[in-house]
Amino acid sequence: MVKKTDDKVLLAHGGGGQLSDQLIREHIIPRFRNKTLAELTDAAKLNLDSSKICFTTDSYVVKPLFFNGGDIGKLAVCGTINDLAVSGAKPVAISLALIIEEGFPFDSLDKILDSIAANAAENNVEIVTGDTKTVETGAADEIFINTTGIGIRLDGVEMGFDKIAVGDKVILSGTVGDHGMTIISHREDIGFKTQLKSDCAALADLTCKLLTEIKGVKFMRDPTRGGLAATLNEITKQTSLSIITNEVDIPISPTVQAAADMLGFDVLNIANEGKFVAVVSSQTAEECIKICHNHPLGKNAAIIGEVVKTTDVPLVEMLTKIGGKRIVQMPYGRDLPRIC
Amino acid sequence: MCLAIPARIVKLEDDRAIVDAMGNQFKARTTLLPDVKLGDLVLVHAGFAISTVDEEEAKKTWELIAEIDEFKDTPNKVSG
Amino acid sequence: MDATCEALGRQINIMEVCGTHTVSLFRNGIRSTLPRQIKLLSGPGCPVCVTDQGYIDTVLELADRPECVIATYGDMIRVPGKSRKGCCAGGSLETRQNTGNVKIILSSEDALQIAKENQDKIVVFVAVGFETTAPATAVVIQQAAKENIENFCILSNHKLVIPAMKAILSMPTNKIDAFLCPGHVSVIIGYGAFKEIAEQYKKPCVVAGFEPMQIIEGLAEICRLLIECKSEAKSIYTAVVTEKGNIAAQKIIDECFEPADGLWRGLGNIKVSTLKLREQYSKFDAMRRFGLTEKQVEEPTGCHCGEVLCGLMEPPECQLFGQVCTPQTPIGPCMVSSEGACTAWFKYGRKKNGANGQKNGR
Repeated sequence: MVKKTDDKVLLAHGGGGQLSDQLIREHIIPRFRNKTLAELTDAAKLNLDSSKICFTTDSYVVKPLFFNGGDIGKLAVCGTINDLAVSGAKPVAISLALIIEEGFPFDSLDKILDSIAANAAENNVEIVTGDTKTVETGAADEIFINTTGIGIRLDGVEMGFDKIAVGDKVILSGTVGDHGMTIISHREDIGFKTQLKSDCAALADLTCKLLTEIKGVKFMRDPTRGGLAATLNEITKQTSLSIITNEVDIPISPTVQAAADMLGFDVLNIANEGKFVAVVSSQTAEECIKICHNHPLGKNAAIIGEVVKTTDVPLVEMLTKIGGKRIVQMPYGRDLPRIC
Repeated sequence: MCLAIPARIVKLEDDRAIVDAMGNQFKARTTLLPDVKLGDLVLVHAGFAISTVDEEEAKKTWELIAEIDEFKDTPNKVSG
Repeated sequence: MDATCEALGRQINIMEVCGTHTVSLFRNGIRSTLPRQIKLLSGPGCPVCVTDQGYIDTVLELADRPECVIATYGDMIRVPGKSRKGCCAGGSLETRQNTGNVKIILSSEDALQIAKENQDKIVVFVAVGFETTAPATAVVIQQAAKENIENFCILSNHKLVIPAMKAILSMPTNKIDAFLCPGHVSVIIGYGAFKEIAEQYKKPCVVAGFEPMQIIEGLAEICRLLIECKSEAKSIYTAVVTEKGNIAAQKIIDECFEPADGLWRGLGNIKVSTLKLREQYSKFDAMRRFGLTEKQVEEPTGCHCGEVLCGLMEPPECQLFGQVCTPQTPIGPCMVSSEGACTAWFKYGRKKNGANGQKNGR
């Protein structure tokens, strides 16, 4: 008879023996009800309709684990779906690897697994294979998650940096800064109470719609770490073209702006988890916006700029609210709260 | 050298307050403004309220504050 | 403003004293909208930029002591120390964050709270900032005294704006015509405090806030005063600035601190320009507590932060700018501070010789 464990994860739960088996059968399998996973083979056998696939991987180490608008589980599913979505693929299957610190409460683990299951189901994606490891106290911070995702590339969709040309418009699917500022609000040292909510969401439904209906989408990316500023700079770096954006057109919620102002952060450098940037041909830009506006995740979509010829060095420039011009630089990688 | 933004006092006990800036709540000390009251708009710097702010002037000076009336009526205030 | 400048018929040099003005000017692209006659000089109003190397090294040495916890505003985290044998080990507070004894705080009160929660450590609060921030330090000093918090002390580097302005004006090389004065320092000291600059040195002083329209209106007001030959001290930041300032704040600064001579990076020693704890609060002075003396440390070779701070040089004119000295690898404080003139130029303005210095920051 399997020994009744207490309410915390033990090292033995990752040991490959009875407790590991118990963890998988009692906590994981019942939540992810699909045939592939239930076989419990070392690798998932997938029968895909196409050989044009996209393959991505991501690791999630966010703290806190639970935040307004989401949790590490939701982030893991949506993040991987989004990487596939902005690559022009329809997500099909996800793998789930957990590294759990000894002593992590099962309560929390179950909540995270519930979230993963719910978000996967909602987005018609299956968790087909996985792995669980446990480490000693202190060797990991509560829980780390790695997901890899497979998607099928949509027919006729060819996107890439090389497709971007002068005159193309830059579209942003909604407000920026929400996720990052929400996470910051939970920080122990500089946290604050707020109405802010992470924008964590899976974009595949919207991106697939956009890509099937519009043939002029040249490139897409989700502005996660480094925010909008990083994504725009990556585009100029890879294409050697430049971008001009209009400050008034960039959607930012007043709550996000006020929080950033209070702490001295630049909203353009803050992470997003439910938004995409798309570079589209100028003729199709308005149509793209219409499609976004008709979707719950694209209500605040806007054309925020244009790809232009490089005069000196590839730059991202911004036309400010008062008609001035300034450069949007690649962020340092870590914004710090300031008083000055 | 001084980041400071206007925020409204939503809680006040002695010289310890909670101020609200567009739905974000921060702690602030009102030690430097002995006459301040609940509901006042104040300028907050490094956790201290350093001045009261005239409401009308605030709307003229800070675009974000001018958006306040618009903000109050908007159903979807945060992400989307 | 265009018409006024045309009428004046010459270049107008306006020093914007405050680092937050420097950043706002750039972030809003205001420079590109101004009449060509206006030349803006960035002044020494960036607390991080004017903090001398010796102070920074002292902070880092204290950070290396296991019994100390350093509580600091985020602004100071990346300032580099100067590695010297037997004393400072170089690096910065950021490089020491993994030791757990460097804490970023948003308020001086947080520093005191850390002391209360960590009785086995001595908390050293890195007290930088101008008159805007000094009252916050004063309040917690008085609180610490009242509550007898023994394990709390400060390393004071609070500086005063007006002595610095006077020091710059007494330099023979200065070409300043007027000052755009700091909005939030003025909340504390009142715009009337700039009258002596206006009257003695005949330089108009206009206090403005940090929103772009405030800055533009402030500059326009300066032009108007110049053309009317009026050397006055005025404020257009009527929402929060009065002539007398915040009396309660001035009182508490006076209760805790007394003006003393102090070292300013790039400007040297300026008389009665910094705040030192009064004798009755000296037990909270980290210098006293740890038996430290002020260090005079040379600035890095080739660093022109001093000239930049006095408005004598623009960042791109410095040989190190954008080459060896970048926000990722700062040499001097003007590039370290998020408000420094060099950071602002680098982040928002054109790079020196067009070389693509963009690095992959991810």
